Amino acid sequence: MTIGTKAASVHFDNVTKSYGAVVAVDRVSFEIEPGQLVTLLGPSGCGKTTTLRLIAGLEMATSGAIRIGDTDVTRLPVTQRDVSMVFQSYALFPHMNVGENVAYGLTVSGVKKAAARERAQSALDLVGMSGLEGRMPSALSGGQQQRVAVPRALVLEPQVLLFDEPLSNLDAKLRRRVREEVRDIQQKLGLTTVYVTHDQEEALAVSDRIVVMNNAVIAQEGTPRELYEYPADTFVADFIGDANIVEGTVVEAGGDNAKVRIGGIELVVSSRRSDNGPAKVAIRPEAIRLSAGGNGAPLRGTVRKATYLGSHIEYTLETELGPLFATDPHVDAPVAPDSDVAIELAPRGVNLIGK
Amino acid sequence: MNRNVAVWLCVGLVGFFVLPWYTTYSSFWSFEWLFDGYPLDDEYAPAILQIALHGKLWLAPLLLFFLAGLAPLRADPTGRDFIRWLTLAGGGGLAYLLLQGFTIGIGGWEYQWLETLFGPIERQFGMGIGATLVAAGFLFLLTRSFAARGYVGGDVFVAGSIGLVIALIAAFVFFPTSRILLTAFQDNEGFYTLSLFAEKISDSKIWGLRCLGENVSCGVAWNSLFLSTSVGLSSTLLGLAFALVTTRVRLRFGRLFRVFTVLPIITPPFVIGLAMILLFGRAGVATQFMEAAFDIPATRWIYGYVGIWLAQTLAFTPIAFLVLIGVVEGISPSMEEAAQTLRADAWTTFTTVSFPLMRPGLANAFLLGFIESMADFGNPFVLGGNFGVLSTEIFFAIVGAQNDQGRAAVLAIVLLSFTLSAFYVQRRWVGKKSYVTVTGKGDAGLHAALPRRLTWPVLAVVIPWTLMTLVIYCMVMFGGFVETWGRDHSFTLRHYADAFSVTTGEFGLVWSGAAWNSFWTTLSLSAIAAPLTAGVGLLTAYLLVRQRFVGRQAFEFGTMLSFAIPGTVIGVSYILAFNVPPIELTGTGVILVICFMFRNMPVGLRAGVAAMSQLDRNLDEASLTLRANSFVTVRKVILPLLRPAIAAALVFSFVRAITSISAVIFLVSADYHMATAFIVGRVENGDYGLAIAYSSVLILVMLVAVSFVQLLISQRKLGRRSAGAPAPAARNTEVEPA
Repeated sequence: MTIGTKAASVHFDNVTKSYGAVVAVDRVSFEIEPGQLVTLLGPSGCGKTTTLRLIAGLEMATSGAIRIGDTDVTRLPVTQRDVSMVFQSYALFPHMNVGENVAYGLTVSGVKKAAARERAQSALDLVGMSGLEGRMPSALSGGQQQRVAVPRALVLEPQVLLFDEPLSNLDAKLRRRVREEVRDIQQKLGLTTVYVTHDQEEALAVSDRIVVMNNAVIAQEGTPRELYEYPADTFVADFIGDANIVEGTVVEAGGDNAKVRIGGIELVVSSRRSDNGPAKVAIRPEAIRLSAGGNGAPLRGTVRKATYLGSHIEYTLETELGPLFATDPHVDAPVAPDSDVAIELAPRGVNLIGK
Repeated sequence: MNRNVAVWLCVGLVGFFVLPWYTTYSSFWSFEWLFDGYPLDDEYAPAILQIALHGKLWLAPLLLFFLAGLAPLRADPTGRDFIRWLTLAGGGGLAYLLLQGFTIGIGGWEYQWLETLFGPIERQFGMGIGATLVAAGFLFLLTRSFAARGYVGGDVFVAGSIGLVIALIAAFVFFPTSRILLTAFQDNEGFYTLSLFAEKISDSKIWGLRCLGENVSCGVAWNSLFLSTSVGLSSTLLGLAFALVTTRVRLRFGRLFRVFTVLPIITPPFVIGLAMILLFGRAGVATQFMEAAFDIPATRWIYGYVGIWLAQTLAFTPIAFLVLIGVVEGISPSMEEAAQTLRADAWTTFTTVSFPLMRPGLANAFLLGFIESMADFGNPFVLGGNFGVLSTEIFFAIVGAQNDQGRAAVLAIVLLSFTLSAFYVQRRWVGKKSYVTVTGKGDAGLHAALPRRLTWPVLAVVIPWTLMTLVIYCMVMFGGFVETWGRDHSFTLRHYADAFSVTTGEFGLVWSGAAWNSFWTTLSLSAIAAPLTAGVGLLTAYLLVRQRFVGRQAFEFGTMLSFAIPGTVIGVSYILAFNVPPIELTGTGVILVICFMFRNMPVGLRAGVAAMSQLDRNLDEASLTLRANSFVTVRKVILPLLRPAIAAALVFSFVRAITSISAVIFLVSADYHMATAFIVGRVENGDYGLAIAYSSVLILVMLVAVSFVQLLISQRKLGRRSAGAPAPAARNTEVEPA
């Protein structure tokens, strides 16, 4: 027996959730296509977890409508929605062993014991955890607990699978491995998945699409590449990858590219802007290239601080654009603090903010 | 087919068509009614036959509400029709049931104007099992309609539970209490008059202050107030002394003091008073010694204010100790260490840091002692003499020659307003000002030792007091083995034989001892009450901790209210409210069980709240997202993880039911006599030997029960874990929120 899928779309239409005067989610609308993995990304308190819990039915929307597939689930209680969730704390039942935990959803739905065990078995196979059915959750490591929580949510073949910061309790190495596993399973089974995280790198790595939230509203929505290359505002530009936000001028707009002047430099960057004039520009730290000396270069600066980090060096520069933060992989040729440098910008890492 | 609706409709229909509608004279569970004329007899007939044969025509409209309940059976559970029909059936049915219950009583119409309007009518008795089932059916249809409207997230089980708890509290806390208020405003003919109430409540017997100048006794309200304030103060100071000795003085036997915390749980409240009589009464050991050694004549000084104060201070110091030990231990050692590193010596540290941090805790302990003393009935009853306090005056107003219910009600109102005010202050003001902080961070410091100039005075108080407590409990344990206390101190088993003898008769064993009857009644009623108390308490805790719903604050207030109502007030209100239809319970075992349930519910409630707050909320949510509804979640996830709390709630409600006296003494009857009431009766007759023997047996029974629970709880490992580490530690441990 294998684990199948009934992936369905998720549709948010002007959904608001407020607790008294506090608005946690403010008129949010988005749509998730079947089989996609969409990440809700944002700083803590931005409303991303509340949005996830609204899909699950653990919170009820104050206004607006939520649809899963063709069903309006806005007023449907949690048990009647076809979704399952993997919790940040995993929430494994401490009084049941691994097998009982995974089979729980099936047994309470009235599936026969033998069949439930068999399906729990195949779900555990999926994450390489078979053979540990008899263990208690307390006898598992953090990563193993994680890998029990996922099949427990999968056995019911939910229309939507929800992840609430599933990796935040794991160490950095394990985090990378587990997130790849999660993505593998999601793609193999074609599950509609909503994934909440505050880690932009994690979001970029696993998502088909990302919904960036800030202060209870959606800041921007798009593919990882769109968000990185066409940030809608300074918040998104800064949140997705680091960025130096500086003033620039668009001198030639149109199509997918624009020519922009930053300080004394002119370069062509990808942008969908249609009008010329002053604009905010996000310069990625890795797009800044330094060379010693710098006399006569169009953009020059002074190194204020240099920090050696093994794989690269971090520089804090003082320039006519204001302070800039740069990373340089050329660790063999460090630039000494207080020396003047010439600054070049790689067009790939320079993005115009807004439309 | 909507199963939930069908089930409750069936329950209601069984109540209407099958079971006896009215209270039966013999207990329902004896099933005597089955062979005694059921179903035609007018005492046992179900509602349908009451209508057809016995002229109880006003029951007929209930059928209409059942008909309305049929409509939602097949309706779409999300539709408007479903909600509308359910509300009509449940809400209308319940309302009509109550209406007919309150307007038609044992004399026909309850109100004169209804009789003139509709003419005379048949009489009816209290609601029985049939009516109860019908009420339950309608209630849950109504809550189902609320769930359908989206109340509490549309959860049928939670909506039903809220409805059930509200209905129970309304029926058994609010209804009787309001009955007292009404009675206070009534004259002997049942008419409501304000002037009479004003006259009664300003009675000089309640508020008289002539004692200040002349040699007459003060009003009972002042007596109570004065007594409770002094007991609150003395028990708080003593409790603090004990708490300081246990935690701040490095004594080898310091830990032993913790045994004191168990004493008030297992000791019936009047036992201390009884022991005081054995020590200091006219025939008491101490009195006789003083008389022989120093020629001090025996007096009755123990009967009155001094005696009650001493007994209550002895009885309630452990409660203050229990509160204060938490407070003293809860002060973060690092604060004291910080003071010391800032050059403060031990005395300065204590007076400027430790003591100010304890102050809210002291206020809390004082208020608890105040409330306990106000509500205490046993000690003033045994030791009071001419010194009347509110709780005993209420009793004498009801059972004495006066039999003045109005006076009892007025006194009850005075008492209730005292305890409620203290309770209000304790909750609103002190409860929130606590400085005790237990954070997740490890606080590895050491508490500062008590400054030397405090240690000796504290020990000088604690050690004699401990010896006195020991002597008191020895009195209780051995007093039952002497012939006649104070006169003939020869060893005898006579009292135990009188109480607990078993002889063999023609038909096997005969429980011939005088105490057996009340002993078994006490044990069985307490055993019946314990699971019900724990159940209601834990269910309420679940609703309070885990659910957010409209009206939660009022709900919480209502559940805590029963804690602030003194037992004597409960007792009086129960006999006032449940002596007449619609709920006729006096003289039954049921009224005792219900009384225990709502007197002791806060025990289960607080155990449940404490345990449940430590359960990670994500566990319930995980279960809910896995399609288990909230009922299954409670059964399969929450209850198994709460096992220690359940055991504690069970045993403590059992023990508290055994020791309670103040409410019980109003509610006992010939058929249902309770141990505590029996003992107090013996004390009244001066039969101390048997009373003491019986008390010590009770204490032993409860000691066994409590040790059992301590054993159970101590087996639980307190698996603390470092911050951020993933979820649950060991099996059956407390699970802390992430």
